[in-house]
Amino acid sequence: MTIDLVPIWTLILGLAVFYYVVFDGFDLGVGILSGLVSPASRRLMMNSVAPVWDGNETWLVLGSIGLMAAFPLAFAIIIPAVYFPIVVMLLALVFRGVAFEFRFKRRALQEIWGMAFCLGSAVATFAQGVVLGAFIQGFKVEGRHFVGTSFDFVTPFALLTGLALMFGYALLGSGWLIMKTEGDLQAWSRRAGRICLVGVGIAVVAVSLWTPLVDPGIAQRWFSWPNIVFLSPVPVVTAAIAALCWRALGGRREALPFLSAIALFLMSFIGITISLWPMIVPHHYTLWQAASAPGTQAFLLIGTLFLLPVILMYTAWSYWVFRGKVRADMGYH
Amino acid sequence: MTLDPVLLSRLQWVWVISWHILLPAFTVGLASYIAVLEGLYFFTERPVWFRLSGFWTKLFAVSFGMGVVSGITMPFQFGTNWSRFSDITANVISPLLAYEGLMAFFLEASFLGVLLFGRRLVPRWLHFFAAIMVAVGTLFSSFWILSTNSWMQTPAGYEMVDGRFFPTDWIAIVFSPSFPYRLTHNVNAFYITTAFVVMGVGAFLLRRERSVDEAKLMISMALDLLIILVPLQFLLGDQHGLNTLAYQPAKLAAIEGRYDTAAPAPLTLFGIPDDATATMKYAIDVPYLGSLVLTHSLDGKIVGLKDFPAADRPPVAPPFFGFRIMVGIAVIMLAIVVAGQVMRRDGLRYRSRWFLLLCQAAAPLGFVAVIAGWVTTEVGRQPWTVYGLLRTADSVSPSLTGNDVALSLGFYIVVYLIMFSTGVIFMSGIVRAGVAEADDEPDEIERGLPVRALAAASAGPATLLPPAPAATPEPGA
Repeated sequence: MTIDLVPIWTLILGLAVFYYVVFDGFDLGVGILSGLVSPASRRLMMNSVAPVWDGNETWLVLGSIGLMAAFPLAFAIIIPAVYFPIVVMLLALVFRGVAFEFRFKRRALQEIWGMAFCLGSAVATFAQGVVLGAFIQGFKVEGRHFVGTSFDFVTPFALLTGLALMFGYALLGSGWLIMKTEGDLQAWSRRAGRICLVGVGIAVVAVSLWTPLVDPGIAQRWFSWPNIVFLSPVPVVTAAIAALCWRALGGRREALPFLSAIALFLMSFIGITISLWPMIVPHHYTLWQAASAPGTQAFLLIGTLFLLPVILMYTAWSYWVFRGKVRADMGYH
Repeated sequence: MTLDPVLLSRLQWVWVISWHILLPAFTVGLASYIAVLEGLYFFTERPVWFRLSGFWTKLFAVSFGMGVVSGITMPFQFGTNWSRFSDITANVISPLLAYEGLMAFFLEASFLGVLLFGRRLVPRWLHFFAAIMVAVGTLFSSFWILSTNSWMQTPAGYEMVDGRFFPTDWIAIVFSPSFPYRLTHNVNAFYITTAFVVMGVGAFLLRRERSVDEAKLMISMALDLLIILVPLQFLLGDQHGLNTLAYQPAKLAAIEGRYDTAAPAPLTLFGIPDDATATMKYAIDVPYLGSLVLTHSLDGKIVGLKDFPAADRPPVAPPFFGFRIMVGIAVIMLAIVVAGQVMRRDGLRYRSRWFLLLCQAAAPLGFVAVIAGWVTTEVGRQPWTVYGLLRTADSVSPSLTGNDVALSLGFYIVVYLIMFSTGVIFMSGIVRAGVAEADDEPDEIERGLPVRALAAASAGPATLLPPAPAATPEPGA
């Protein structure tokens, strides 16, 4: 007897992707925002993500290998289809990581590395947003291969999602900064968060209108009877969370902006899942068709179920250790 | 002229993995060395071990950080440039890669922080334990990566269905025929590489009369380890070669520069291989020695490349020269290591200017040998990605054009040159500063808890954070 492991792997991978988006999202967002402030504030911002960012980034590795292991056909079609966004994202992340590390060395170079950190974060985020947009739109596939060109990703829609993700990550970043900073920088983060929220709101509405107009399948999924009844809470709840986030940014609560921004990402994630389910390569392959051999999934699951919880517990502990505000008088000497 | 996406994708792979492999080549050995130093400190409580461990841990932190950053690009290469390979082989090799990722993450998450930042925060035994776990973790990473590579060299435990590999026996997959030889040969090479770096740094410090006691310990520890490991490497290499003869005869023929089958076969010391005419020009041969080395008999037969279809032959020059560079370096290493033992008496090896200079110059030799050996085995596997079953030309992503890959390769070259040159400058700064004289001045980081690997090394801005909640003062520190 064999158990169908595809739902389990879908859940694991979905959670891993969501975890990555939220956690590396906020530190990339802090990077984006760091380009808009004074050098002193930028150092503070970078310090606020210093202990955690590389752990967050490691989830990108786990996500990519997880996709290859659990849904290799999707990996083999999607990744080459977004060749340049992936290459640019990886190099921007390398650059950003290096910028982060070496800025400590020499004061004279700190400003240059600081800007590199900001640019690297912005470029990596934009590239991830483009990957998302290209993924939602789907790819030219024949048999088991992507057969388009390496520049198929350049579409207005993908550029829109690229921009949208920059606002989204910056929103998460401002939420993080509200928790981790005080005074002027915190007040600045609240204002920046509101601007980002407006950007996110416009983008979410645009994507939500665009996808059903372009893709009849997605329109059918959302607007056919009785789906419309069951699915109508999704946009309603999303709007409510956005309103909550807006109020939280203007108020005094320190954790709520971040938490509501995460909830906003969760709703978007759910929305995309509803639109595409059960396809992992839109229009071509379902999760089950793209899955690896049952023996492969089982072999990897054994270790994953042991190692992943330990990793998560350790991660939670390290966030606990690093709780509290970052301050200007700490860090440099 | 049209650019070939297969060739360029291979060059891109060479570029990203060659830089990346330098870091594990160093950190695998260094993690074990640090564990030994921590153990010596734990049992003897001599502060010198503590200082040595602290010094090498700084360098470990930098190289590990660079390893993580350059490692993130690696799994994506399978997708961006080798999507057909991924589709065809993922059922078999992806869990091995995933286990590597999970275990590396597991190690990094759980024990690296304690090792790097926990000196004064955790009890001494726990710090020692963390050092051991980090060392074990790097060995596990090597285990899974080399298992993956070995399966590509000597595939086993699979069945083909619709042109794709499916697993039938995980034990056979993980422990494919070349795996034991490759693992031991590689890990030993990593240890030797690290030991030569340790010795070179010791020599560097001693020549400048800086951190003299520590420098002498670095040199003597390295030499005492190397007098065992370097000869052992000749044995392991020989065994690995016999395994290659059995499973990958075409690769072996390329390494030997042997186009014509011969029994008895000479050993070609040097020559200029010409694949077009399948001849070895200007060959310097030693009669019988080829048979003796490879078959351990005087008249054993060595199959030449001409016995393989032209389409199944690897190019000869890279494995031929790569192998000779590797073995040449091993011979130089052996000479240095033996000299170091001969000069034991009266501490001559610490006084001899030329010996110290030699040790310092030899510091990067291990890296060169690792790259040369890797070229030997990987180019020797061509024209296959999975030996005898999947061709390299059939592994590349079908959508890529030569221009696409030329562009991305250009990006990788620029960014890696910036990253690695900065990293080398950074690390040489740490070396030049020498071993910290006193250990009574806790790093900011150690008071403040885990920060970032490289930031730690620069004793930088570590603590944005409240002081450590439960700092256990370390006895004896």
